[in-house]
Amino acid sequence: MEYEAIARRIRAKLVELSHTAKTAHLGSSLSCVDILVALYWGVLRLDIHQPFDEARDRFILSKGHAATSLYAVLAERGFFPKELLDSYASPGSRFSEHPIRGAAPGIEVTSGSLGHGLPLAVGMALAGRIRNQDFRVVVVLSDGECNEGSVWEAALLAAAQGLERLMVIVDYNKWQATGRSEEVMSIRPLAEKWKSFGWSTYEVDGHDIETLFRVLSQLPDGSGKPVAVVANTVKGKGISFMEDDNNWHYRIPNSAEVQRARQELGLL
Amino acid sequence: MRNAFASELTALAAGDDRIVLLSGDIGNQLFEDYKRKAPRRFFNCGVAEANMMGVAAGLAGCGLKPITYTITPFMTTRCLEQIRVDVCYQNLPVIIVGVGGGLSYASLNATHHSCEDIAFLRMLPNMTVVCPGDPLEVRQALRAALDINGPVYLRLGKKGEPLVHSQLTDFKIGKAIVLQEGEHVCLLSTGNILPVAVQAAALLAKDGITARVVSMHTVKPLDVALLSDVFDRFPLVATLEEHSVLGGLGGSVAEWLADRGHGYARLLRIGTADAFMYVAGEQDFAREYFGLTAESIATRVRNLYRQTTLKASSTSLA
Repeated sequence: MEYEAIARRIRAKLVELSHTAKTAHLGSSLSCVDILVALYWGVLRLDIHQPFDEARDRFILSKGHAATSLYAVLAERGFFPKELLDSYASPGSRFSEHPIRGAAPGIEVTSGSLGHGLPLAVGMALAGRIRNQDFRVVVVLSDGECNEGSVWEAALLAAAQGLERLMVIVDYNKWQATGRSEEVMSIRPLAEKWKSFGWSTYEVDGHDIETLFRVLSQLPDGSGKPVAVVANTVKGKGISFMEDDNNWHYRIPNSAEVQRARQELGLL
Repeated sequence: MRNAFASELTALAAGDDRIVLLSGDIGNQLFEDYKRKAPRRFFNCGVAEANMMGVAAGLAGCGLKPITYTITPFMTTRCLEQIRVDVCYQNLPVIIVGVGGGLSYASLNATHHSCEDIAFLRMLPNMTVVCPGDPLEVRQALRAALDINGPVYLRLGKKGEPLVHSQLTDFKIGKAIVLQEGEHVCLLSTGNILPVAVQAAALLAKDGITARVVSMHTVKPLDVALLSDVFDRFPLVATLEEHSVLGGLGGSVAEWLADRGHGYARLLRIGTADAFMYVAGEQDFAREYFGLTAESIATRVRNLYRQTTLKASSTSLA
């Protein structure tokens, strides 16, 4: 499968970036790769030659700690030359450990502090309505991020306004920084929470790209409501010794681990 | 001030389809006319200020000119994180309007007082802080804020404040307005205490002390040209604000003065104390409580002026 191959290349890049730049959050970045691949290769209406076109769909990576996923996807998709990523996290680079709005084409918002992306997205969706534009707004949240009250403030307003061109995808990998997300806060049942907040809700395998294409493309889905997709994912997905091991929230792979990862991804 | 704000905003919104008003579930009657003129550009965002600020940033990022409006502490400190990250870090043109600045809503207790907001917001890079002194300044400040391509904080009083200016044509953000000339002291006022500054000047005049009264409506950026002049010209410069003496206009001027390293004038900061109020009372009572009536301001200025000039004359005699 072509898309799986893209996802593998991106995962290898994430491992390499974490190793070279000595930056954390690798597990979180790996868990949302397939979601981003589905969005950028099959869902979002974007033109890499006109990245600021007013009619473009907007994508917001609200879980900004997965910045490398966004960077690698944008580079792979052709928004900027892949070589630019070599500067990632080095002093003076535009690519910091969390994204900064406008750092490169395709980076729509600044994120890093959790719970900010959805309110921004609601504003963008309202802007589209005010200006009679039919662009859509898609936000990826982490499950830990759903601890933030501002997420639920935004969820209430989006439903009240019937923002049917707005989609939330929760990268539900069941972990937050220091523990199981369902133990730290009472996050379960997550899909029912979104549903009860007035959102049209779907639950999917967040690593099945074909299914993601199909479900994420349904925006608007005809319900007149904003759409929430709870994507069941595995933190550290794609690299056996990182999968569902929360040490990789902060751990940085050494050279041998980078080699093993590349081997598993079929890139050696 | 809030009526002047609503009427000016309504007039502006009718002619500029980028203007979007976000309300934190207040001002229902106030914005009836606005809603008639721009029904698709009004959103009651509910009692959820953090979200409202993020929504404003999202709108601004799409080329609109959002204006957020609710009671000052909820519009500032409640959602400071969103102001800092979404609005200021992204440097987006959101106009943040706090109604009930300072002690305007004194009777509602310190949950509704706002004596720290200037300090918090002026710390933020990219932010402009404007505290109009009367309804005419409110109108002009709003117009000027819409021309700034970045975050602006507009701090209003409540309703019914008197007009201080009879007319106002040359309002510029960052440019203080000299209301009246005087020879002996200079009063720099920001925000809704401006009418009190004028009254205090009148009381001082009875004692033969004439005051230059300045509406320093912009706390950030400071009008340093005016400051340089008055600190070289007068023996005493007093800052007046319905805000803590920490971090507001007085704090800003003190910082500027420390960096400047020289100045003829002595600085007197008059504002609320570093304390909450734990008793009931309307704005007039609260002003008494914090020593912000015309009488107490005049007394403090008069005493320090006499002390300062006495010391100066005895030094020159020696």
